Amino acid sequence: MSVLVNKHTKVVTQGMTGKTGSFHTRACKEYGTHMVAGVGPGKGGQEFEGIPLFNTVREAKEKTGANVSVIYVPPAGAADAIMEAVDAELDLVLCITEGIPVIDMLKVGAFMRGRRSRLIGPNCPGIITPGECKIGIMPGFIHKAGNVGVVSRSGTLTYEAVFQLSELGIGQSTCIGIGGDPLNGTNFIDCLKLFNEDQNTEAIVMIGEIGGSAEEEAAAWVKANTKKPVVGFICGATAPPGRRMGHAGAIISGGSGTAQGKFEAMEGAGIHVVKSPADIGKRMKEVLRA
Amino acid sequence: MNLHEYQSKELLSDCGLPILAGAVAYTPGEAEAIADMLGGGICVIKAQVHAGGRGKAGGVKLAKNSAEARAFAEKIIGMKLITPQTGARGKLVRKVYVEAGCNIAKEYYLSMLVDRASKCISIISSTEGGMEIEEVAKKHPQKIIRVGIDAVVGFQSYHAMQLGFRLGLDHEKVKKLQDVLEGLYHAFVSKDLSLLEINPLVLTKEGEFVLLDAKCSLDDNAMFRHPELRAYEDYDEMDERELRAGKHNLSYIALDGTIGCMVNGAGLAMATMDIIKAYGETPANFLDVGGGATKEKVTEAFKIILSDSNVKGILINIFGGIMKCDVLASGVVEAAKELSLKVPLVVRLQGTNVELGKKILSESKLKIIPADTMDDAAKKVVQAVRG
Repeated sequence: MSVLVNKHTKVVTQGMTGKTGSFHTRACKEYGTHMVAGVGPGKGGQEFEGIPLFNTVREAKEKTGANVSVIYVPPAGAADAIMEAVDAELDLVLCITEGIPVIDMLKVGAFMRGRRSRLIGPNCPGIITPGECKIGIMPGFIHKAGNVGVVSRSGTLTYEAVFQLSELGIGQSTCIGIGGDPLNGTNFIDCLKLFNEDQNTEAIVMIGEIGGSAEEEAAAWVKANTKKPVVGFICGATAPPGRRMGHAGAIISGGSGTAQGKFEAMEGAGIHVVKSPADIGKRMKEVLRA
Repeated sequence: MNLHEYQSKELLSDCGLPILAGAVAYTPGEAEAIADMLGGGICVIKAQVHAGGRGKAGGVKLAKNSAEARAFAEKIIGMKLITPQTGARGKLVRKVYVEAGCNIAKEYYLSMLVDRASKCISIISSTEGGMEIEEVAKKHPQKIIRVGIDAVVGFQSYHAMQLGFRLGLDHEKVKKLQDVLEGLYHAFVSKDLSLLEINPLVLTKEGEFVLLDAKCSLDDNAMFRHPELRAYEDYDEMDERELRAGKHNLSYIALDGTIGCMVNGAGLAMATMDIIKAYGETPANFLDVGGGATKEKVTEAFKIILSDSNVKGILINIFGGIMKCDVLASGVVEAAKELSLKVPLVVRLQGTNVELGKKILSESKLKIIPADTMDDAAKKVVQAVRG
């Protein structure tokens, strides 16, 4: 068991023929993910390393049974790519692209209301169920199948946390990168709900960042709804206010969105908070032993 | 990207919004000439820097005539403006905006931003014009009015009604406010703004609305749609190293500490800063070299870090996913040799091709301190700078 993706997942890549798209499609295929189709307007009928290309997502879905899409389309066309995948009624749409204008994401958000697809990202590493299905840009080899769910706004910091877990022999059920943008499709609470309902997930790692209030809301949800232990960390305690720390969403504005506030909310919700990013794995080990 | 007040006003005026007559002056003489052009009567001299709180810091003066306008401009141009937003270092004022006066009857606060939680564009307003909104939020939270606009449906009349009547305006004024709000919303969406703040929005004794101050921030991600707005970028307002980093597509933010950091990924970069702090030292910068960093990029990043004289040691923390550790290691070795590195350098590599990367570092004969974990790396760099 896992959440959202597993060994039956069939993936279509949007923007497969670009440098990033082709590189990661190959890596995901090597990991064992069913990369069944690619989309490139005007490239229908061609192939990329044995993967058939189609002109539209809808056609790719009809011909191959793809149920998940991953997007590497450059920022200017990424919102359109998301809407195309949502219109094709895929179960899950992962947008890796960084740098989409926020106004475009507002439109995407409004477009998605009442439709069946779930969006993860944008500006995220993707999702992985170790040993079964890897979709996105994370290095597969650091993961290990197991029972800890990981949800994070970051990319490499998530790899760091996963690496710590795997080194200590703690495997992961599914790891989800929800992305570093101010507006994203799937938030912490959505992932926490999924992990809470997943029988194979025993504990959860949640990694947040400065900016916005998603972590505070998630902490309140944890307190009210789950008995599964959660280990939490927030990065950006040393970030100066008013500056965007790389991620478009990582900014302390008007005194809100600080690491301190988020740490306090997590502690108040009974989350096992670590103050050092180096202690995420260690803490999870203690929690699982208890 | 932040705009100056005069740039914001130019942009908003182009969208049909009501602003007072005025122009930018770089010298006292220019200020006097503009004051004459405005009629030679009352005008306001306003320092143009990227920071709020200018008025309290002495950066905004009311002049009675052109001679006074010149005198104030003489004082303000060249001064170091220190406001709560500039920090203790302050900001050098290089230009002033000279603007006609007006008869203020009432001041309001008005801003627009993308609301992350409700995924809409929010208008925030209050009757406490001129006051910082954070202060109003603390002291009189009930005075803050919030109206959400669906980005697909766009601005509707009822938004103006909801807002205007709660501000205590009569129907006729609400209709006038509606024109202002519609114009601001249009500007926000068509120019891809990430923040728009009018503080204060003034209702004049003649019964008209005027944007007395204006602050716009553009969405950096949307600049490809507005190449002409790049000309608004003011390099003088930017940190020298940040400017240089930006030109090399490096995400760098200058800080006050002593440990230079080079990391891949924004989250890991912040976490690395945090762990340095936990060991009692402070980071000199935030630096995300990105996923696909080349040798050239690593070298440039090194140069930028070393150009900061506060840097007493460097910590490189790389988790190679897309980025291969061996590529990074060769870049580091090359840069360290080229720059004849004098401060201690701690390198922590993990991920793709890590063994190869470590081998390159150890065979380089450079004094590089290797570290296995993030914790180990932070500990070692702090020890190294403390001698």
